[in-house]
Amino acid sequence: MYKYDQYDQAMVDARVEEFRDQTRRRIEGHLTDDQFKPLRLKNGLYLQLHAYMLRVSIPYGTFDSRQMRKLAHIARTYDRGYGHFTTRQNIQYNWIKLQDAPDILGELATVEMHAIQTSGESVRNVSADQYAGAAADEIMDPRPWAEAIRQITNFMPEFSYLPRKFKIAVIASPVDRAALRWHDFALRIVRNDAGEIGFEVYAGGGMGRTPFIAHKIRDFLPTGQVFSYLQAVLRVWNRHARRDNIHKQRMKILVHELGQEEFARQVEEAFEHFLPLGQDIPPAEYDRIAAYFTPPPFLDGLSEEIDLSDPAFAAWVRRQTVAHKAPGYAIANISLKPVGGIPGDISADQMDLVADLADRFSFGEIRATHAQNLVLPHVARQDLHTLWQELRAAGLADANLDLVTDIIACPGLDYCTLANARSIPVAQRIAERFADLERQEDIGELKIKISGCINACGHHHAGNIGILGVDRKGTENYQLLLGGSGDEETSQAKITGPGFDEEGVVDALERAVEHYRAVREPGERFIDTYRRLGMDGFKEAIYV
Amino acid sequence: MSDTLRFRDDEAADEPAVSLDAFFDQPEADSVRIEAGEDVTVLFPHLSRVRLVEIDFPRFRDGRGFSTARMLREAGYTGELKATGDVLVDLVWFMRRCGFDSFAPDVAIDPAVLEASLARYPNVYQNAADGAVPIWKLRHPDLANG
Repeated sequence: MYKYDQYDQAMVDARVEEFRDQTRRRIEGHLTDDQFKPLRLKNGLYLQLHAYMLRVSIPYGTFDSRQMRKLAHIARTYDRGYGHFTTRQNIQYNWIKLQDAPDILGELATVEMHAIQTSGESVRNVSADQYAGAAADEIMDPRPWAEAIRQITNFMPEFSYLPRKFKIAVIASPVDRAALRWHDFALRIVRNDAGEIGFEVYAGGGMGRTPFIAHKIRDFLPTGQVFSYLQAVLRVWNRHARRDNIHKQRMKILVHELGQEEFARQVEEAFEHFLPLGQDIPPAEYDRIAAYFTPPPFLDGLSEEIDLSDPAFAAWVRRQTVAHKAPGYAIANISLKPVGGIPGDISADQMDLVADLADRFSFGEIRATHAQNLVLPHVARQDLHTLWQELRAAGLADANLDLVTDIIACPGLDYCTLANARSIPVAQRIAERFADLERQEDIGELKIKISGCINACGHHHAGNIGILGVDRKGTENYQLLLGGSGDEETSQAKITGPGFDEEGVVDALERAVEHYRAVREPGERFIDTYRRLGMDGFKEAIYV
Repeated sequence: MSDTLRFRDDEAADEPAVSLDAFFDQPEADSVRIEAGEDVTVLFPHLSRVRLVEIDFPRFRDGRGFSTARMLREAGYTGELKATGDVLVDLVWFMRRCGFDSFAPDVAIDPAVLEASLARYPNVYQNAADGAVPIWKLRHPDLANG
């Protein structure tokens, strides 16, 4: 894992003192609320319905046991004893006091963490494949480039006030576990015919009220030129985006209006301009960063065999573990989706336990996923049974990864000032309806994503089944969507038809699922059946 | 408008800055004002007669002027580059990095807050228009002149 050197530490420490000064000036009345707002947002601090919310950055979803214990301490000391993992691999706290925020940032800085640019019109925390460095199918570990991007994109002077937020993702596998093409700017590490490593570049994706899937704008970008290229993209957007309507200022709108070819042409022109200006890090700096991501000392000669005679354990292994690149090891997913719980929520005690388990079984490493779960990336298969027992005792051993109860949901009207409807109770009703694990396993992979308003923080556009909460004449109403995906075959979900009330949308969803079970062909997942039959193949079953 | 904060030693231009259109109509004009959203590249062939460029920030959240400034510096402009309008103290460090060297904010900036702000960050992560050496270069002193 990356370690701050004196430079990184000094930058983060300076940021804490800057925000302390800004908060003081706000409290003393030298800054108006309007002036303070973008400053606090760029330090992750939102004003929600009931309190401030602080979003802490977990760069590319990688963190360690020491950092997790600090997150638990913050939950206990400054919040109500829990935190909430988000769809951007970050963690947020929902009950923060403004005057505590600088102290919390100070505590985070002691464990090499920050909340820089986790909100506001800036380059946000870079996301990545949660299995990076462990996945059997990756070309290389994408995190050294993600860390280089973190450094370069923090405090970018020219892009201090971008038109809107800007989200970056990096992966290095053919399988997309990071919803790559739903990002403003996305990089997939590939090898070209000459055997060289480079990036396949995508731009202009995003959800929100006007969803677009990112276009590929370059087949192969030499890795060592990525910052010239990224700045070219940012400059074209910063100069030419609309500034008159906040809902039309994301880069996806500019890419759509110019067309991908013209956008790419302008980027290439700016790229040629930047290349000789010394924007890119030299190979020695890449090597320095990459050295922090050398694999942990895996043991040789471990057995792949494990005793699966306990059916509950066998179900957990089957569902929650994934092939690891090192023989005898597995990637273990920890579900934060217990039936009846709040997706992504975790108590301070559970955080401490996960930290201890990471130390005992995963070289201290933890990952946060965009599906709001956690991962212990490097577990010896022979330790899986002990790990499972410990997780089960803490309510963390649900075996529902990618199943119907592994629901992504935004905070919704329970917390958020933007929401039109509640998301969490809908997620809970669905999970209760499908609580039977045998039925879940029979249904198979089915990604449900719920947003409480058109801003789409719950990724409903990318749900195999999406639910969008809207306000209709003062009552909560839910639209059902089908056919979305965030994987390598990215697709945008479509609305089935008229909306439903809270109970009605759960019934309609269940009818869609049962229809799939009735008409699927062998081996088909829900999304496959939908793609084969289309909306017409489901509509009658939903609107009986 | 408050007094201009200036980070240059040369004498300030004494003519008021004119609009881009007026600048092209008046061959003797040496000071030009660029509004947010105007294309600065049209000025590039004429930089030799420019002593002052003013770039306006109609709202502090409109960040187009940052790109305008940096592009001017990248085009070789060495004259005065002034930020006007809704210029807030917390923006000045970023503006300095983009090549601005004078500031005429709508509302006066507290000099003590500005001084602390400009001194706050010991280093920078990126190359920009201010000549500051980025951290990645400091980490590899053997490459410092490369």
